[in-house]
Amino acid sequence: MTARFRRRGGRITARFTAAEAGVLRQVVGEVVELLGGSQAGQEDPFSGLGAEPVPPEDPVLARLLPDGYREDPEAAKELRRLTESSLRAEKVRNARVILGMLPAVGGTVTLDDDEVVDVWLRALNDVRLALGTRLAVGEEMDLAAEVEAGPGSPRSYSLVVYDWLGWLQDTLVGCASDAG
Amino acid sequence: MTAPALDPVKTPETIPHRDPPWITIVWNDPVNLMSYVTLVFQRLFGYSREKATNLMLDVHHKGKAVVSSGAREQMEHDVARLHAAGLWATLQQDR
Repeated sequence: MTARFRRRGGRITARFTAAEAGVLRQVVGEVVELLGGSQAGQEDPFSGLGAEPVPPEDPVLARLLPDGYREDPEAAKELRRLTESSLRAEKVRNARVILGMLPAVGGTVTLDDDEVVDVWLRALNDVRLALGTRLAVGEEMDLAAEVEAGPGSPRSYSLVVYDWLGWLQDTLVGCASDAG
Repeated sequence: MTAPALDPVKTPETIPHRDPPWITIVWNDPVNLMSYVTLVFQRLFGYSREKATNLMLDVHHKGKAVVSSGAREQMEHDVARLHAAGLWATLQQDR
């Protein structure tokens, strides 16, 4: 997996192979599903109201939808009541933009305005948060050594994908930063 | 809903607030890219690249950094924007 973003003139592009597009579609789709995309995408203004908001037990959801207060559970609950459903819906919307733009077979994706660049940056970040949390990625972890430790294992495969997503996001950050 | 018949006794609004201000803290996490965190600080808060980079380095090396301060509602807004960008942020009173 080597796809990366490049800036050409005013446009930012990335060329994905069919396999790369397929991998990205799968991991982004998993985030949509995890966030309850089928409900959150309905844009129902009343969704979430009345429901008692609790911090998610799933560590991945807890990382995507974190508490806003660290030492005040009551304030955290109240803030979650006010903000969680819109945060959830925004993340689902961002992920869906990626799904809508990925070529069915390999091909080039063009990001031609700042807004869509921002959406891609955020959605790629959410996917990395989900994958990194699930894989219990640590600050000092040696990804290459971990991959070599279990060649062919599901964990090793996921680590390769995680590593590539970091590289892909970093090249997009570089392109976005060039624009000032 | 109804309006009060009489004006409540007005308290002077010029008395300065002595409550400590609220602050927004971004915490270190092992997933977010240093380059991305810097860009988010620049875009959300309008910080220069130098200031955004220094804040990012504080998060990375010290485990956290105060990225904004002010009224509680504003800090809740900042935390919500940081969560939307995928950063791990909380607010608290600055004691």
